[in-house]
Amino acid sequence: MEYFLQQVINGVTLGGIYGLIAIGYTMVYGIIGMINFAHGEVYMLGAFTALIAFLAATLLGGADSALGLAIALVATMGFTALWGWAIERVAYRRLRKAPRLAPLISAIGMSVVLQNFVQVTQGARVKPLPPVVHGGFTLMQAGTFKVDLSWLQIGILLLTLALMAGFTWVITKTPLGRAQRATQQDAKMAALLGIDVDRVISTTFVIGAALAGVAGLMVTLYYGVIDFYIGFLAGIKAFTAAVLGGIGSLPGAMLGGLLIGLIEALWSGYFSIEYKDIAAFSVLILVLLFRPSGLLGRPDVEKV
Amino acid sequence: MLARLKSALLAGLAAALLGLPLLGFRLTDSATGLSLALRPWWVAAAFGVVMAGRFVMDGLRLPDIQFQAPHDIRRQAGLGLTLFAALLPLLPFAGRNVVDMATMVLIYVMLGWGLNIVVGLAGLLDLGFVAFYAVGAYSYALFAQYFHLSFWICLPLAGMLAALFGLVLGFPVLRLRGDYLAIVTLGFGEMIRQVLLNWQSLTGGPRGLSGIPRPTLFGVTFTPEARVIFLYYVILGLALMVNLLALRLRRLPIGRAWEALREDEIACRSLGLNPTLLKLSAFATGAMCAGLAGSFFATRQGFISPESFTFMESAVILAIVVLGGMGSQIGIVLAAVLLVGLPEWFREFQQYRMLAFGIVMVLIMLWRPSGLLSARAPSIRLGPAP
Repeated sequence: MEYFLQQVINGVTLGGIYGLIAIGYTMVYGIIGMINFAHGEVYMLGAFTALIAFLAATLLGGADSALGLAIALVATMGFTALWGWAIERVAYRRLRKAPRLAPLISAIGMSVVLQNFVQVTQGARVKPLPPVVHGGFTLMQAGTFKVDLSWLQIGILLLTLALMAGFTWVITKTPLGRAQRATQQDAKMAALLGIDVDRVISTTFVIGAALAGVAGLMVTLYYGVIDFYIGFLAGIKAFTAAVLGGIGSLPGAMLGGLLIGLIEALWSGYFSIEYKDIAAFSVLILVLLFRPSGLLGRPDVEKV
Repeated sequence: MLARLKSALLAGLAAALLGLPLLGFRLTDSATGLSLALRPWWVAAAFGVVMAGRFVMDGLRLPDIQFQAPHDIRRQAGLGLTLFAALLPLLPFAGRNVVDMATMVLIYVMLGWGLNIVVGLAGLLDLGFVAFYAVGAYSYALFAQYFHLSFWICLPLAGMLAALFGLVLGFPVLRLRGDYLAIVTLGFGEMIRQVLLNWQSLTGGPRGLSGIPRPTLFGVTFTPEARVIFLYYVILGLALMVNLLALRLRRLPIGRAWEALREDEIACRSLGLNPTLLKLSAFATGAMCAGLAGSFFATRQGFISPESFTFMESAVILAIVVLGGMGSQIGIVLAAVLLVGLPEWFREFQQYRMLAFGIVMVLIMLWRPSGLLSARAPSIRLGPAP
């Protein structure tokens, strides 16, 4: 029971991180119907930017680690947002009306570019960061086994919840969110009604990238090691989360992320840690077989 | 002119800002853990390069020529290329390295032609093609290791095994459409790689399998020099076989059904074609080609490990098919030379090679979204083309 609880805590933390990345996939897919393959790399860029910003703030500026983290958070969100904007502008915008495969290939190319850009500029070696946030408290104790909830995990969960709540508010209540939903339903009609569709799509990329950047920051702190290759697997898993929850649906992305995180943590806890990625993919396949529109998605009706 | 300068300046500024954290700082290992080194010149260089690039690109109008060559010219070009390929090892400039590189390119041509049956003809987006390549490679290596079977017996076995994998993997997922199918095939590709990595007792895990026997010809073994040329002709023969298969299939009822499926699945179904069966057969045919190429790869390298079967390989093969202009056999050859041959040439610049590869992939897509040679129209249609 204690062991189970510990795995659930770990899983929920991981799930929050996946959920943040999944939002970017689900929004972009919802609005222009493409898999933004480079999104995982934006998360990786976020992890590197966070590490560099944190080190720069503490080493060069002499700030303490709390201030350093705040600076890292702001810098990461800003820079990944800019990257999201630039990627859309350079690699996707001109391909809006191109054959369906063209943006996907362009996205795969962009993902190769970003991975190798980071490898060339920062080297291929794994980058370690010693733990910054220490401590936590013990929830339960059974014999020698302790159920720990660290401050870092609480911080990650709170920040995830706050971001998701804020983001849901933006989408449901603000004019920007209304324009975004309208474009998602029918881009041409939205344009006729005076919505700057290009701008809405750009904003979607910017918001998604900023959220992925925060996820990158969290992973840097949580695992303490990053390299230029982390974006690929995290990207696939987050996409799996988006599909699991029903692509195009925001609560779906969050729910999907949570489920994938839980499955991964419980699987590594009870079965084998080597096959944890396989578990996540099997779930994706099962969901698509039995409920292709995902848990919270609307069924996709094809009209002739 | 002023507008051009302004736009170039803006692009340069954006690049400098984008690169600020990653170009401006370098993470270095030091005695006390990670440290940072400043390198402002890299940011300045990014600013300069992007500004100049934008300025030139704005002035440059890339010609939008349609390479729609008439049928008989395509045919002649195909014949010429085949002849050139057949004579290549005899030409004076073709040393061992050139033939070796040509062998590598031909493996990708063969994979491209195989994938083209799935993506170009049947319109099924497969991002996990490398899984079948891996199945072919590992099945030859394992058959040779455990049962001491020769390459020529294992080759068809590997092809059949890969096709079987295609059927088994394809069966549950082929109800899915478009992007979902793509993502599931990607998942399968990764799953196979993970199994190869973790099933240490059979596959050797990350260390891979080595000492894979080299092919012989009716019992004749080759010296290393002669073997390079022999292997080249083997892969040339295999690739041409796949080419012939694709060209012939296109004219058979099943090929036409595939093309119809690609154009409109609902119409296909209302005309009584069974989409599941069609998709499965396309999937299995493509997988078989990949399996053949895989077992050739294993015998050529003599060593295989899961490293050779990453998602990058699938992406490269798909890029070859799409850049070539789906459905065009010659386009695939051109794209394979461009994406595999040229980077092999620049092996010294290992690090920058993949960076350039990605940039080329994006640029070609921006310039010609439907491929270098434009996409192929259906082989047969009623009435004039719209």
